[in-house]
Amino acid sequence: MASYLLRRVIATIPVMLLVAVFIFLLLRLTPGDPATIIAGDYANEQQVAEIRENLGLDKPIISQFAIWLGNILQGDFGESFFYKKEVSELISARLEPTLSLSLLTIVMTVAIAVPLGTLAAYKQGSWIDRGIMGFSVLGFSLPVFVIGYALIYVFSVQLGWLPVQGYQRISEGVGGWLYRLILPATALSVIFVAFIARMTRTSVLEVLGEDYVRTARAKGQTETRVLMRHALRNAAVPIVTVIGLSFAVLIGGVVVTESVFTIPGLGLLTVEAVLARDYPTIQAVILLFSFIYVLVNLIIDVSYTVLDPRIRY
Amino acid sequence: MFKTSRRSAIRSAVAAVVLGLGVTFSGSAAQAETLLRAVPHSDLKILDPIWTTAYITRNHGYMVYDTLFALDADGNIQPQMIDTVTTSDDGLTITMTLRDGLTWHDGAPVTAEDCVASINRWGSKDAMGQKMMSFVSSLEATDAKTITFKLNAPTGLVTLALAKPSSNVPFMMPARVAATPASEQISDYTGSGPFVFRQDLWEPGTKIVYDKFDGYVPRSEPASGLAGGKVAKVDRVEWLPIRDQQQAVNALKAGEIDFIEAPPHDLLPLLKDDANIKLEDFNPAGNQFTFRFNVLHPPFDNPKMRQALLYAFNQEDFVQAVVGDAEYYEVCLALFGCGMPFETTAGMDGLLESNFEKARELIAESGYNGEPILLMHSTDLAVLTNLAPVAKDLMEAVGLNVDMQSMDWQTLVARRAKKESPAEGGWNAFITSWTTGDLFNPVAAAFLNASCDTALFGWPCDARIEELRDAFARATTVEEQKAIVDQVQQAWFDYPTHIHLGQWTGRAAMAQNVSGLLQTGAPVFWNIEVN
Repeated sequence: MASYLLRRVIATIPVMLLVAVFIFLLLRLTPGDPATIIAGDYANEQQVAEIRENLGLDKPIISQFAIWLGNILQGDFGESFFYKKEVSELISARLEPTLSLSLLTIVMTVAIAVPLGTLAAYKQGSWIDRGIMGFSVLGFSLPVFVIGYALIYVFSVQLGWLPVQGYQRISEGVGGWLYRLILPATALSVIFVAFIARMTRTSVLEVLGEDYVRTARAKGQTETRVLMRHALRNAAVPIVTVIGLSFAVLIGGVVVTESVFTIPGLGLLTVEAVLARDYPTIQAVILLFSFIYVLVNLIIDVSYTVLDPRIRY
Repeated sequence: MFKTSRRSAIRSAVAAVVLGLGVTFSGSAAQAETLLRAVPHSDLKILDPIWTTAYITRNHGYMVYDTLFALDADGNIQPQMIDTVTTSDDGLTITMTLRDGLTWHDGAPVTAEDCVASINRWGSKDAMGQKMMSFVSSLEATDAKTITFKLNAPTGLVTLALAKPSSNVPFMMPARVAATPASEQISDYTGSGPFVFRQDLWEPGTKIVYDKFDGYVPRSEPASGLAGGKVAKVDRVEWLPIRDQQQAVNALKAGEIDFIEAPPHDLLPLLKDDANIKLEDFNPAGNQFTFRFNVLHPPFDNPKMRQALLYAFNQEDFVQAVVGDAEYYEVCLALFGCGMPFETTAGMDGLLESNFEKARELIAESGYNGEPILLMHSTDLAVLTNLAPVAKDLMEAVGLNVDMQSMDWQTLVARRAKKESPAEGGWNAFITSWTTGDLFNPVAAAFLNASCDTALFGWPCDARIEELRDAFARATTVEEQKAIVDQVQQAWFDYPTHIHLGQWTGRAAMAQNVSGLLQTGAPVFWNIEVN
């Protein structure tokens, strides 16, 4: 196991390096020039050139890449072109809202989707099964922003129960933190509930037909015990895989929800940085997303050994 | 009443349930006595109003810094930080004295030396400042409170430029800050304006906080435009950038914010119908849509082709496509803005009326051979998105071959700086929007600068226009300046540098308990009360 982990960690290095090269080149090939954006409407060519020099954008691309990579290896992600703040400082300020939203969404998703999917499998073909699968199709089909606006209209504008937008840091109060995150997490969880409920249903259905389930029933075990102990546990590997990947997708994909609910997270930071061509920020955020993706994959793989003792690395 | 009480009771109940952990909402903002929560038109990223012309940074400047002069509500120049101004009989020496009680946010007194350094920094960057400085042979602090301009020729430009209302505004900074080269951003945000920028509370992209500066001594005159007493009537102003304007409106309706600087026109009816919200115009002079030519490449290197568009276009189509409601726009033929000090329609007869026949005649005379015209179309700024398609239609109606290329605004900004031909990554034309306060006279109007290589992108090159701009700068009376403006407009017809496509205004939206918004061009937060 230890050697497997070591191999996986070492394999991360070329992946991250490739991501770094790719994102660096992609940004340089994208139209748009941060220096002209910063310089503003009245700037002449000389002023733009001065800004470009200040930002180090006048150097050959290879030199720029080497400097950036060298700095990253020393833990320095550079300074935002626009905010004139360390990128690491910007990211750490934005990490909490994104992690909070993603975690709450995934907790709500698992709490709702796994029981629903299991119930649908258990009641296969009944109106409960059809109802849950119908919701699943609907959940897939509705864009997050539509759900978000609908929830805001009902619960914030009409009923006035929950806030329209904004985020409160957890250090300022858990209650306030939760109060502001309920709506966005609900909006975001709909699609994941739909997806994971469907996945759970399929996996549990598959397991319910196995001999060991029949044996358990023959031994006189209760249906709850059959479902929880024998069916769900054996169906857990694909479900956990999907949940883990959903979390990774959430971290990098909450842009729309963050925009709709004005949550100052990484998604919003990425959009702002891309629109402003803030290269150091974009590069660092994409690297972070890639790292989280690799890490989540590793955790999923390791979790298999816990969920299924037959799996060994 | 019952509905409201029940709503708030339920809201409180929900909050109480959620807050069951016994934790209360808290935050630094709640500690201020009176708080105004405002949604600005965009996020504040750059904090140096001399380094960038971005309007959001200009607005930040008005919070933190003060100016030597300012325009009042009638467009007249009034002293602001200045107490007295005297001009020598030969017009070559201007002496200004600072008024009493001016201090920086760190408590140090404002000195003439600070102001000289600030004028020098601004004058090295801003186009109008550069023009003004071309008349200045020496600028000195002759004592702690006296600024002395020695001029090489008489000009009325000094106070006019120092009262410039829009980007770059000549804001005063401490000498140590103003010593920063104009090509570098400042990192010390000490000002002497009515609000203090709280750098420690700044959350980039989320929240910008300003506290009332208790040491600010306002002028005794009532506030008028950007002039008069700048009395801060709230203890704290928070700017809360909300990207999604629909959400900003929802937040205002739900009472989570107090003020939206620039809600889009299509949401104004929604706000108008809400009895708890009011709409006010802080910028009656508004903005102008502007079609910019690149004169370096065919076909717009030929003035006749540019004149053809003066006949082909009409303003109504453009403002209708974006603004829609006639309450918020006007057809304005004056190049320097309607309702502005230099408004004139001299030389505008028959123009911008979609006279296609005349346009086709000029196109034929120009020898246009059907080459594609690369029109850059910005797609991500709602206020600009619909303009280029209208231009394309009108241009095609007179037989032009238009290649409209869509791109985001920042790509357009980068591309418009390219002098190469359209086939090599350059361009022929694009459309933008200016605050009317930015183009209210021939020197301030950057698109009228026709100084060839040193002109703005588009690079017009015309000796006559430059001669007249120079004459305007030398004029010492308003009458003289107005006479020159008439001539400038005629010269512009002979050599069109850009086309104005209509004047439009917006409305700020605010809760009914917010009052005192001034008509200033740029949104300012002194004089505003939250009751």
